[in-house]
Amino acid sequence: MDKTVELPLRAQEDVVSVRQTVRSHAVAIGLSLVDQTKLVTAASELARNTVIHGGGGTAKLEVIQEANRRGIRLTFEDHGPGIRDVEQALKDGYSTGNGLGLGLGGARRLTNEFAIESKPGAGTRVVITQWTKKS
Amino acid sequence: MDHIPILKLGHFLLVTIQVDMHDRLALVLQEELTARIVSDRARGVLIDISSLDIVDSFIGRMLSNIAGMARVLDAETVVVGMQPSVAITLVELGLSLPGVRTALNVDRGMDLLKASLDVEGEAASGQDG
Repeated sequence: MDKTVELPLRAQEDVVSVRQTVRSHAVAIGLSLVDQTKLVTAASELARNTVIHGGGGTAKLEVIQEANRRGIRLTFEDHGPGIRDVEQALKDGYSTGNGLGLGLGGARRLTNEFAIESKPGAGTRVVITQWTKKS
Repeated sequence: MDHIPILKLGHFLLVTIQVDMHDRLALVLQEELTARIVSDRARGVLIDISSLDIVDSFIGRMLSNIAGMARVLDAETVVVGMQPSVAITLVELGLSLPGVRTALNVDRGMDLLKASLDVEGEAASGQDG
């Protein structure tokens, strides 16, 4: 299985392919079923944000290896309007679209590592990582 | 595939979601289901999600919307078959599906729907007598 995959995020159907690609890699590196489900759900939220709020972008998947664990790192990047107040956007219930406003905060709770960078007018990048249990 | 089949079973409608739905497909299901509740005079809706390996905020909202719309149209909704890993994820995501009745499987969901119809029937005949 490829160590790095880059996927386009232009339309709703692309969100489905991101979910499926993330799932197959999560299974391949041996994430537990619950951790797979959390990662795929977080990916779905972030991919949808990229399509709807970012005006499209990309998702990059990397399989990463440390001494005693493996992980999947996902990077969602767009060149859309960006987020003016990131702290606010991370709060549950905050939404500028017609969603529930659980996407960003939810993705942070569901993954082991979460980082966001956003500049108004320049775009947004969100990076999440899910690790296997240390062996 | 551009829509999800809706089966009629007596007074109830049965939907089994077996594909990874993109958002538009979820909205189509929501619309078709509410139309069918009216045209089929359905009293209950059973949604089987045992094949879904995730429920994100969009699908979660669709399930809540269907339950709300069905209630306004005098029908009960029961969501059945949620996988344990999906339940764990959904709650951590921050969704507890308010207003959505759930059951472990189709059989129990059917029992719930039938029971709610019976209770209504008794209440109605009680008022008559």
